[in-house]
Amino acid sequence: MNGDIEVAAQAAIELTAVVRRFGEVTALQALSVTVSPGEVVALLGHNGAGKTTTVRLVAGLLAPDEGTVRVRGLDPAVDGPAVRRRLGVLPAASVVDDRLTGAANLRFAADVFQVPTEGLNARIARALEAFDLAERGDDRVTGYSTGMRQRLALARVLLPDPEILLLDEPTSALDPVAARQVRRSLTALATERDRTIVLCTHDLAEAEQLADRVIVLEHGHVVADGSPAALAARHGVGGLRLEVAIDHLEVARRHLGALATGEVETEPGGRLQATGVARDMVPQLVQRLGLDGVAVYELRRLEPTLEDVYLAIHDRARPPTPAPSPSRETPSRETPSREASSRNIGSIAEPDAEGQR
Amino acid sequence: MNRRGVVAVVRRDLSIAMGSKAVVLPAVIVPVVLLVLLPGIVGIAASLVDAASIGDLEVLLDALPASAVAGMSPDPALLAAELVVVYLLAPMVLLVPVMFAAVIAADGMAGETERGTLEGLLLTPLTDREIVTAKLLAAWVPATVVGLVGGGLYAVVANLTVGTQVGRLVLPTAEFSMMVLWAGPTFAAASLAAVSLVSVRVKTTQEAFQLGGVVVLPVIALLVSQAAGALLLSVWLLLIAGVVALLIAVGLLAVGARSLSRTRMGERLG
Repeated sequence: MNGDIEVAAQAAIELTAVVRRFGEVTALQALSVTVSPGEVVALLGHNGAGKTTTVRLVAGLLAPDEGTVRVRGLDPAVDGPAVRRRLGVLPAASVVDDRLTGAANLRFAADVFQVPTEGLNARIARALEAFDLAERGDDRVTGYSTGMRQRLALARVLLPDPEILLLDEPTSALDPVAARQVRRSLTALATERDRTIVLCTHDLAEAEQLADRVIVLEHGHVVADGSPAALAARHGVGGLRLEVAIDHLEVARRHLGALATGEVETEPGGRLQATGVARDMVPQLVQRLGLDGVAVYELRRLEPTLEDVYLAIHDRARPPTPAPSPSRETPSRETPSREASSRNIGSIAEPDAEGQR
Repeated sequence: MNRRGVVAVVRRDLSIAMGSKAVVLPAVIVPVVLLVLLPGIVGIAASLVDAASIGDLEVLLDALPASAVAGMSPDPALLAAELVVVYLLAPMVLLVPVMFAAVIAADGMAGETERGTLEGLLLTPLTDREIVTAKLLAAWVPATVVGLVGGGLYAVVANLTVGTQVGRLVLPTAEFSMMVLWAGPTFAAASLAAVSLVSVRVKTTQEAFQLGGVVVLPVIALLVSQAAGALLLSVWLLLIAGVVALLIAVGLLAVGARSLSRTRMGERLG
């Protein structure tokens, strides 16, 4: 009984001062992260930030050079099988075997995870049904589309009903309907079944929608950690939408431009939209517009999205760029343009084609 | 031990291997050629052979114990045929399981890497030892079965072709039984242990096949030695060779245990 209470109180995942090197490259630098049971955490970061290494350390596929890794109090390096029995990991690489049928892949997972044999066929059939694969369950995976493989991989990961899910881009290959279905399933797993979910994703809208908490990794360490709302309050500045009398458009644009750190765009019908307007700038703007007699029809603050927050954090966390050679011009680091930032994080800034629809 | 999981990996690997032409074709063609066609041709050709050709086999004849030679046919052509199927070609039953084990073992880890499914396997609750055990069994069991079936077929064909002409069963001899039941399986174990260690270090099955191919060389050396009369594969020699093969298998796996560990394989993931 006391053992049960102890397990319940233990963190689902706990990494303490973890260092992991690959040759001369340090992938994780004193990384410390704790994920509580039942939490849904989005692990964000550009390619090479350390997300995959973190997942492999948690699953016991890698050993840390320094620091400790614990999953429900267990060390994956020592109690690997017990740890992996609690984990459902969807890696970036395929977990399904092309040369087996969909159903055979699920049966294989059921056997190695020792899913009870009683009612197993029905359970496999339900898993195939849940991921819209019932009609193709007896076909070899070789003939599956990318989306079908991804759905089968998710079905395989969820079949043993793991306590902790580590999912790397779970919806990246899915069409919008399937992606929505997966998000709903994950939400249900977290809210109704109290499962812990760690989501590695580049889809910031998905992270914002699913996660209780966002952890941003940069060069192997945590640069931001908190709820999407808290991070937005801490790092995001948001924007502003303003509609004024058409004659006052230029005056309003001047005042808005003076306060906004981002761009100011003019839209048809006397509307202006600016990015990078902090909440505490709004009264100042209202005062200036009033003094100049600008007729304001609408003023709406735009809350920062997770993407805004992520970009702001990323830009702040970037290591100093090497000194430019005299013959080349590079954007100033102090005032990075939105365009320059977007180019640097291409895969993150560009919304996922399927996930964003 | 997660026996259900080990059996699942063995069953999955066998299912994949049996669905692969690269595995099935050599598994069928090589035993048929070496263990059925060759002794068949020798038996049929016995009546057509020039008796003078027995001279080529005198070295081997001299190496045989007198008791073995005493029971053989005085007809030079039949004597030659019996010598060929019982002593020259019979050691081919060692080659078949060794080759087959090498082919499947090469597909074992390298195939997982090539198909991108290695990470999925490492993420299961199976221990490192269970994964290695499953991979070894998945190669050893079919190799041994192919060796036993091939040996049986060889004996049947040898008796149908040569045995019917000399008027008695020419096989199995004690040496032949020792080859099929003991040396073949143990040589296969050594072969797959060696190829598994290679397989885990390379990224493609092709590389594993090429590097693993050298495991047949010691067996070929044994065949040539017997054919040249330099060595006679006696029961005792085969018993000792099997023990040595087993020790080599265990030694290789013990030395290579670090390479076959999950964290070491995890480092090789992309």
